[in-house]
Amino acid sequence: MTTQIGPGESGPPRPPVPPALTEPPPPRVNYLNVAYGVKSWLLTTDHKRIALLYLAGVTLMFFLGGSFAVLIRLELVTPAGDLVQSETYNKLFTMHGIIMVFFFLIPSIPAVLGNFLIPLMIGARDLAFPRLNLASWYIYMIGAAFTIYTLVSGGVDTGWTFYTPYSTTYSNTHVIAAGLGIFITGFSSILTGLNFIVTIHRMRAPGLTWFRLPLFVWAHYATSLIFVLGTPVIAITLLTVVLERALHLGIYDPRLGGDPVLFQHLFWFYSHPAVYIMILPAMGVISEVVACFSRKRIFGYEVVAMSSLAIAVIGFFVWGHHMFISGQSTYAGLVFSLLSFLVAIPSAIKVFNWTATLYKGSVSYDTPMLYAIGFVGLFTIGGLTGIFLAALGLDVHVTDTYFVVAHFHYIMVGGAIMGYLGGIHFWWPKITGRLYPEMWARVAAVIVFAGFNLTFFPQFILGYLGMPRRYHAYPEEFQVLNVMSSAGASILGLGYLLPMIYLLWSMRYGPRASANPWPAKGLEWQTASPPITENFERQPVVTEEAYAYASEEEARVVERG
Amino acid sequence: MSSVADTAHAPEADRHHPDLVHHFESLPAQKEAATLGMWVFLVTEVMFFGGLFLAYTMYRNLYFHAFVQSSRHLNLTLGAVNTAVLICSSLTMAMGVHSSALGRRRATVAWLLLTVALGSVFLGIKAVEYKDKFDHHLVPGERFQAEELHLEGDEARQAQIFYALYFAMTGLHATHMVIGVPIILILAWMAHRGRFSPEYHTPVEMTGLYWHFVDIIWIFLFPLLYLIGRHH
Repeated sequence: MTTQIGPGESGPPRPPVPPALTEPPPPRVNYLNVAYGVKSWLLTTDHKRIALLYLAGVTLMFFLGGSFAVLIRLELVTPAGDLVQSETYNKLFTMHGIIMVFFFLIPSIPAVLGNFLIPLMIGARDLAFPRLNLASWYIYMIGAAFTIYTLVSGGVDTGWTFYTPYSTTYSNTHVIAAGLGIFITGFSSILTGLNFIVTIHRMRAPGLTWFRLPLFVWAHYATSLIFVLGTPVIAITLLTVVLERALHLGIYDPRLGGDPVLFQHLFWFYSHPAVYIMILPAMGVISEVVACFSRKRIFGYEVVAMSSLAIAVIGFFVWGHHMFISGQSTYAGLVFSLLSFLVAIPSAIKVFNWTATLYKGSVSYDTPMLYAIGFVGLFTIGGLTGIFLAALGLDVHVTDTYFVVAHFHYIMVGGAIMGYLGGIHFWWPKITGRLYPEMWARVAAVIVFAGFNLTFFPQFILGYLGMPRRYHAYPEEFQVLNVMSSAGASILGLGYLLPMIYLLWSMRYGPRASANPWPAKGLEWQTASPPITENFERQPVVTEEAYAYASEEEARVVERG
Repeated sequence: MSSVADTAHAPEADRHHPDLVHHFESLPAQKEAATLGMWVFLVTEVMFFGGLFLAYTMYRNLYFHAFVQSSRHLNLTLGAVNTAVLICSSLTMAMGVHSSALGRRRATVAWLLLTVALGSVFLGIKAVEYKDKFDHHLVPGERFQAEELHLEGDEARQAQIFYALYFAMTGLHATHMVIGVPIILILAWMAHRGRFSPEYHTPVEMTGLYWHFVDIIWIFLFPLLYLIGRHH
């Protein structure tokens, strides 16, 4: 008996639930209705409310960054550079990159879902430092304000990578404002990571040992390590770019004896691990979803947990693969190439273990699971093409082509955003206390998957054929593939708008969710939907491993006799 | 997954302590969290300074001679005095933490104020040094002149990188002190108002950790910037 009781599921009426399993009525007061008014939100220290503040912030930035993608794809419909001038085009892809990387992908899952769920998952009443948590949101918003100022005052055209000496000496755009925006928002990442580390170390419920933690928490622990070790480096790097530009220090200026490649080392020391900031939390989401919708414990739980840490650690030693053609020594290139191959191993372990979890599981295809399965496929393609790029010889051929663009969009959009959307749907009933329309959600998930592949798969071919990235015009023989890509982008855009609409709709009109609609394991499902401000009526005590789905199924069988 | 048990493991007195925030079990648990948080923060600070230390290491290896010549133009006496001042301020800070742990209110205030005074002396001496560099056109930029360093051509430009790093590293360090001094002043005021006790003096202890960290950064900066090639 494996019928999934999901939101909006229409089918034969459920068998009556034995009295012992009926839930108590949800508390009248929860974290959403405990107080009203702008002040109760802007001054809150409740991690759940702060998560929703972040949700508003990152959603705004997502659609802002997405609007630049729309313009980019519109320009690339025709080979001639006819919609925007090349300078404008440079600004478009720069703003797209800056907003999507620093203001959406990096904070998205940790600051929204992580913030909301980590205290719930570990049975704590809040994060260790609630006021710091609120401060991190304000810092994020100040950074976002700088970025929007950059935008309205004329934009910046260096690419999101800010390569020197173009950014420090030659660009006539608003590098300083853009750099300060990222510098500032970096501190919100640092504070979030610090808060998570302390919370996971110090605030676990009695009985919740490290190897009973949900893999979502493990993934966020690994992510937080990158937050606190990597982000300060991008902060000092961008600070030196700002100082160099304002005061002509000469550290990155070859005319003064400075070395522009030093900037690239410092930049990628953070910005490569930043990719793992984006993907590790998504992997955490996928682990939760795959276990729940297969009704099985994650295969090789300990190894999956450790592979998150391995990715975080090895990820710090691969940055040189961004610089194979930057004049880095061949020997350094060899080492970075080898290490880049190595970092693929823990990622592959996760993919194999998710797949093994499905084996003989009672799999059901609700919306979060559709996103999870999409994630596994797309992440695999993105990861394998990453192996191409880690190979020294092949990388020379495809560096700065659309092959690279397609590769990292498979990881960031196919991986991180699919994980984010899957997680938002999975925990939406917990966050809002409402169910979303399952049919529409499944349609949207399929549209996102189809649109994504149509957008980015042609770009692999374009790149391999030699189309360079960051140009607004291209030879005519590339037009068919570019039109395919732009058509796919419009489908993908629709796929992103749909959840926006029906999720907002569900907040008011969706049916009320029970405490555990899926039904899933994990402490966050043991409390009401939406939870009370203190999260739990009483301190939970953990007596089981994570994902003890098998025992639950057995119990049911025994019960039925 | 869970069974439910009552909380209240903590002693009754603890649960009603005014400084215990709602989501912690007990004051010691709260303090442990704060301590771990502070150490993690200091790790981020190490990485923050790390970028500049990396740049310094690289350019010192590339442009050793220019770095030696430039380093000799720094005021060793003032640097050494400042090192002594800062180490003393770490001692007074440690005494402040110690006094607050013992609940000696007036001693805590006195030690903290002494720390503020020593920190201000450090910043004052640093300002004198900076002014001297401005007067001698040793500030990177259009008006930088390397004649006084007896360097020409490429090496004159390399000296500018030394001074760029000098200002960036000592400037970032000084910024940390400028942040630290008012915090300690506020702590002194809070101590004066009797806000701390042997049970609860976490802010003093955490600020102490921060202050020692800033001190240690200087312990690295002083030899790296002031003592290059002094044995020649």
